[in-house]
Amino acid sequence: MKFNLNLPKGPIERIQGKCISLIGDDIDTDRIIPARFLKCVDFNSLGDSVFADDRNNSNIVHPFDLEKNQEASILIVNSNFGCGSSREHAPQALMRWGIRAIIGESFAEIFYSNCIAIGIPCFTLTKDSVKHIQDKSQNYDLFFEINIQKALAKNSEFTLSLNLKESSRQMFLNGEWDATTTLLNNIELIKEKIDQLPYVNF
Amino acid sequence: MSKDTLFDKVWDLHKVADLPGGSSQILIGLHLIHEVTSPQAFGALRDKNLRVRFPSRTVATVDHIVPTDNQSRPFKDNLAEQMIDTLEKNCQYNQIKFFNIGSGNQGIVHVVAPELGLTQPGMTIACGDSHTSTHGAFGSIAFGIGTSQVRDVLASQTLIMNKLKVRKILCKEKLSAGVFAKDLVLHIINKLGVKAGVGFAYEFTGPAVSALSMEERMTICNMSIEGGARCGYVNPDAKTFNYIKGKEFAPSEENWSKAVNWWKSLVSDDKAVYDDLIEIDASKVEPTVTWGITPGQSIGINERIPELSDIDNADKSIAGEAYEYMGFNPGQKIKGIPIDVCFIGSCTNGRLSDLQIAAKIVRHNKVAPNIKAFVVPGSEKVAKEAKSEGLDKIFKESGFQWREPGCSMCLAMNSDKLIGDQISASSSNRNFKGRQGSPNGRTLLMSPAMVAAAAITGKVSDAREFLKQ
Ligand code: SF4
Repeated sequence: MKFNLNLPKGPIERIQGKCISLIGDDIDTDRIIPARFLKCVDFNSLGDSVFADDRNNSNIVHPFDLEKNQEASILIVNSNFGCGSSREHAPQALMRWGIRAIIGESFAEIFYSNCIAIGIPCFTLTKDSVKHIQDKSQNYDLFFEINIQKALAKNSEFTLSLNLKESSRQMFLNGEWDATTTLLNNIELIKEKIDQLPYVNF
Repeated sequence: MSKDTLFDKVWDLHKVADLPGGSSQILIGLHLIHEVTSPQAFGALRDKNLRVRFPSRTVATVDHIVPTDNQSRPFKDNLAEQMIDTLEKNCQYNQIKFFNIGSGNQGIVHVVAPELGLTQPGMTIACGDSHTSTHGAFGSIAFGIGTSQVRDVLASQTLIMNKLKVRKILCKEKLSAGVFAKDLVLHIINKLGVKAGVGFAYEFTGPAVSALSMEERMTICNMSIEGGARCGYVNPDAKTFNYIKGKEFAPSEENWSKAVNWWKSLVSDDKAVYDDLIEIDASKVEPTVTWGITPGQSIGINERIPELSDIDNADKSIAGEAYEYMGFNPGQKIKGIPIDVCFIGSCTNGRLSDLQIAAKIVRHNKVAPNIKAFVVPGSEKVAKEAKSEGLDKIFKESGFQWREPGCSMCLAMNSDKLIGDQISASSSNRNFKGRQGSPNGRTLLMSPAMVAAAAITGKVSDAREFLKQ
């Protein structure tokens, strides 16, 4: 593993780090982590295999192999990122490689909720703004400090306002993205609800 | 905002609480698990010192990693053996019903639950697999979830969700002869695009959908996810009820009419309000084949691969990527492209009716030389029924291999894989780069009838020519 992994925990208010750009629409979870790596009973080893086939097959050096990107933690992507299979192995692999936040034009639904569930905020931006920061981060080292409360990405030169779903924002700020405890707070209501469902007794 | 649709009714019935920030806590009536996305969830539960709260609402089977040739244990593949062993232990320890290999009920999770009558109208169903949308064919709200959410369902039988919008997809007229549900859904995804469904539940309705069998409706709902929608559904009707009746987990005799009345009450009202409406003329759909690397890149069998200039600006870059990866030229005819491997199976098209139509085409015909063709039934039940009709013999006589049930080359986690840049004609649902086990393998999605026709001619063909004979 490349560096000491501090996986997300508790309330998340800000994320600082270097950007890494990955260009392309419709990048599916089969590409993020090919199916053969799903043969595992825990997620620990996945970081090394992220984009395995793209990295092996590409004629140019893949962004995840570029020396300058090795410490990056904010991933910049285009549209419909994470479509396809629901495998949480995909965000887990990105997270274990070192990604802590993703900014993109749009995200596939299940991928988005998987990211939230493991503490990786996904922000959206317009196509033009994404292109702008992708260009910048490819040409020089681009760092951001992301403030989740305000959904702002800042560096010494400029400030960008990002979009973040209100429900996701609150979950990061109060730590409820790690949902199990929140859900179990309502256990009495859950029991009541189950008893009321007609089909449970059919 | 939608109102009085089946989606709205089922959502309201399952809402446990509103959560801060606008999301809701939703009860999951049926939770399905398999070997790939559950081990880490059980692990997380143990780490948190929690137990499976309502074990009777979860059902398990194995599908993704099972070998389809030699199923004797331990499996040759150690990692696969470890995964099934982990699932066996987790189920046993937590008292979860498990349909293991040889039980007579094992198979692809989305084939098994409906055929056992577990899938019923009005339920919320979740499974750590994106094709959970299949179960919507019965008028349930069914969606795929990730492993952390599997953990949450095991722990609490609930999930945090944001309510979806509802798009009505009105399929007018009827499909013409030799055109199948798979063609219709590929056509819909092509028309709307692979991202159009994000944030939506799809309601498939109209005369073309009413005319479909339950198995065909499953094919349509199955691929909602390929259109970006997390779930798709069909309002339940007499066909739905007949299909469920008498199945192992169907409502009991005494409760039957109560159940049917409740199911009927869930159907979208005539005056229901939708967030969006799309109309499709089903009679115009041709047998459809994908030529690219997303399920949206498809054309009718007599069409040519589109020129870049005919493609919307937003889709140009992925089209360019597709020409290059597939090695096809813009303007090239799809019909006649030579193929290497033919795969009939998967949760999209691995059911009895799929095997029946394919068998009808291959009967008295031979698989073309140098083509590897194989059939992987969706479940042990499908295999058994197919055998009782002699379909296995028809396939074998024509040169197909007949395999044991599982996901197989749909995602190639077992040893069924493309080699090099082989081209497959596949009845599955995803043609992503590398999906079928080789990093440069190529997949053409089509209906089982079209795969059967391709097996015989060795190239992309129009199944209708075989059905006329
Ligand atoms: S058949 Fe394919 S799509 Fe269906 S559950 Fe198995 S791997 Fe997933």
